[in-house]
Amino acid sequence: MKTSFTLNGKEVQVETAADATLLWTLRDALKMTGTKYSCGASLCGACTVHLDGMPVRACMTPISMAAGRAVTTIEGLAEEELHPLQQAWIDEQVPQCGYCQPGQIMQAAALLRNNPQPKREEIVSYMNGVLCRCGTYLRIIKAIERASQSR
Amino acid sequence: MEGQQERYKPTISRRQFLTAAGGITFVVAAGAFAPKIFAEESRNVPGEDKQITAWVRLQEDGRIVIYNPAAEMGQGSMTALAVIIAEEMDADWANVHIEFSPIEPSTYGLQWGGKLGGPMITVGSRTVRGYYHALRHAGAQARYVLLHNAAEKWGAPITELTTGPGKVVHKAGGRQMSFGEIAAFAKAPAELPEIPEAQWKKPEDFRLIGSVIPRFDIPAKVDGSALFSMDIEVPGMVYGAISRSPVNGSQPELLNEEDIREMEGVIDIVRLDHGIGAIAETFEQALKAKEKLQVSWSKGAQAEGYDSVKAYALYSKTAHDDAAEGEIVERTGDTRQALKSAHKTYDIEYKTDFAYHAQMEPLNAVVSVAADGKSAEAWVGSQAPDTARRAIAEVLNIDFDAVKLHPCYLGGGFGRRSMADYVEEATILSNQVRRPVKLIWTREDDVQYGAFRPIFLQRMQAATDEKGNITAWGHCIAGTGGGLLDSGARINYYTIPNQLIEVRSVDHGVRTKHWRSVAHAPNKYAIEAFLDEVALDQGIGPYELRRRLMKDHPRELKVLDEAARLANWGSPEKEGRARGMAFCERSGSLAAAVVEISLGRDSGQIRVHHVWAALDAGVVVQPDNAIAQMEGGIVMGISNVLYESITFRNGKVRQSNFHDYPILRMADAPESIEIRLIPSQEAPQGIGEASIPLMGGAIANAFLKLTGKPLRHMPFTAEKVLEVLKG
Repeated sequence: MKTSFTLNGKEVQVETAADATLLWTLRDALKMTGTKYSCGASLCGACTVHLDGMPVRACMTPISMAAGRAVTTIEGLAEEELHPLQQAWIDEQVPQCGYCQPGQIMQAAALLRNNPQPKREEIVSYMNGVLCRCGTYLRIIKAIERASQSR
Repeated sequence: MEGQQERYKPTISRRQFLTAAGGITFVVAAGAFAPKIFAEESRNVPGEDKQITAWVRLQEDGRIVIYNPAAEMGQGSMTALAVIIAEEMDADWANVHIEFSPIEPSTYGLQWGGKLGGPMITVGSRTVRGYYHALRHAGAQARYVLLHNAAEKWGAPITELTTGPGKVVHKAGGRQMSFGEIAAFAKAPAELPEIPEAQWKKPEDFRLIGSVIPRFDIPAKVDGSALFSMDIEVPGMVYGAISRSPVNGSQPELLNEEDIREMEGVIDIVRLDHGIGAIAETFEQALKAKEKLQVSWSKGAQAEGYDSVKAYALYSKTAHDDAAEGEIVERTGDTRQALKSAHKTYDIEYKTDFAYHAQMEPLNAVVSVAADGKSAEAWVGSQAPDTARRAIAEVLNIDFDAVKLHPCYLGGGFGRRSMADYVEEATILSNQVRRPVKLIWTREDDVQYGAFRPIFLQRMQAATDEKGNITAWGHCIAGTGGGLLDSGARINYYTIPNQLIEVRSVDHGVRTKHWRSVAHAPNKYAIEAFLDEVALDQGIGPYELRRRLMKDHPRELKVLDEAARLANWGSPEKEGRARGMAFCERSGSLAAAVVEISLGRDSGQIRVHHVWAALDAGVVVQPDNAIAQMEGGIVMGISNVLYESITFRNGKVRQSNFHDYPILRMADAPESIEIRLIPSQEAPQGIGEASIPLMGGAIANAFLKLTGKPLRHMPFTAEKVLEVLKG
């Protein structure tokens, strides 16, 4: 099955099995390995990408759902400069192992797009679906607050 | 941080796609295929680099490449080790770039008996303490090479030369040369002299050690360019998935091989002792094949019939057999006699369920066995890369040197990635097809074929005199896991004249492994919770009891006092809240914490609001990273204490993913964590596991204070808490 969509601002067409997921299509067919596989069941959020600006779990998103739409991954979050969240993630020294962080940042970017100055409770509630085993949650909150204040 | 890691700029356009024959149609054009572990590697132009020692390479543009021998799994020691070398060679940190060292343990292995050359293994919070001395020396040697080269160039005596950040200075001659300039003509001496410790930098002159330096790996971890083995792609690579024994030790017989071979994309089927592997063009095809496998598993494995919930009765009986004696961990005085003649005695059991590592990156590896089977190349995230390299060589029956291993970042390790089982599997699969194979474990595989922190039952006994002093201590650890059960059971920092600490392990044939801090979390929980139960019964405050027990141990006492001070211990509790404390040592570090909790009386949910912790880890190379490790350990510790339980029934693991093995989410993280690092000039100690063991005791003790009821079985799930409240 051929599927066309916009990936990080560029038109792409990809041929996959009809039931392929967006996650493995991104990672293996399109070489966008910043989006991570971790649970395969929408339980951890490591694979979070934007579909028309909305955060989705790529592991449970059929590739057919991407047809004609805009997909943004961590690689396409910012053009030249870093996204304010990425800079804040560096400033707060958030990542440890780093594996969940693309998903964390994509989820946070969707939050700030809709709510540029979120309260702490709003951050926690919006970010709650993305797991971090290294325990970086408090630094993630600080980084989101820093990025929202820098705007 | 600028320029540290080249940002990965995706440039996908239609013209860059090539059409392949079937399976995936589009692949990115050549160039993107060359696997690069770090963007750095591509910029190292051969011929222009000068390897001045085994650890340091200079580039004429001033770049200083320092080798990192340890795994980087989030603990940050990749940066810490380079800081140690850079400090002693007097490098300008802005010019330092870090690469993984070759996997050559004879050169890059841990200090083992004082000298480098032990295993290359990142476990037990060993990295900084296991390399500190040797890498200061290595840095001093690199500095010597620079001085020596400058002295020859100038024709000046080496004794007149000094270094400043990134340069050699000849004050008498009024001249200086940057390390980059020296790189142009530098020669490494045939033999490096030993540099006596007296000539190393004085700690008061440290510019880098002890200052806040951003981690080298972080920029690549925020833009998606950091490469985990999961992200490696090599030409001709295919994918593997394995269906593994549901009961450890049972062997497979595949009933529908022909049907599987006919599935789209399937390349081969591999029988292993513990499973059936499917190799396919894409991972999703391999997964589909795996799901369709019909496997008959052999009967009679030792683990068959094991029930971990019922097993506690056996462990209790084992721990209460006073005629028996287990493996002795500590025997001082005569505990049994002291218990008999005591004013008062206590005898309480604590339990801890199996725990799963739950590293966010499921196990995986890329292995490429050459067409003739006589060599192999591998891309692996491993805590023990030399073990992994050796494992590949052994599977193929080839020489260690015939295996090239590229270390990758680890998406979490926590002990699980110190095993090489997943690397052996990938080797077997690649050997079958003689093509590069990326083997990926699904999350379900990772849980169900896990190697868990053991199950524990601790029988704690104490005797007290008329004044409430603890005069005798008994700690009998029962469970399964052999040598994994005893760490952290010793309590040398509490002065108790009679101590008997022993392990009685029962083998059930289930898979167990080190889990961040090994047995410290279960053992410190039992020790610290038991102390508070004794203290409550004796009418002594928990802080006061510990202060008494630590009277002969001022360094430990200082850490405890610092945590108490941070938490304002002794001030009135807020409505509905209570604080509890715990102390532990781990990997040479001393740590204490106070937690403040509240309780949903109807839900049974414990909530940890605030954590205050103090740490004495000797010299701290990277203070902010040390704090991050303490924070992370506290969060992971709370997760483990409140939620995490693996159970077996009929020999099978009952959990499979994060829905039934929940780990802590952001909403359940504490509102604040305050860490105090105690300044010290003592040798550096391990930090990565220091805070994990504190959480069980501190939370149980806060709960005891809040409700008057003890929590004696980890994890303290809502269901268990409700039972305790009712009971």
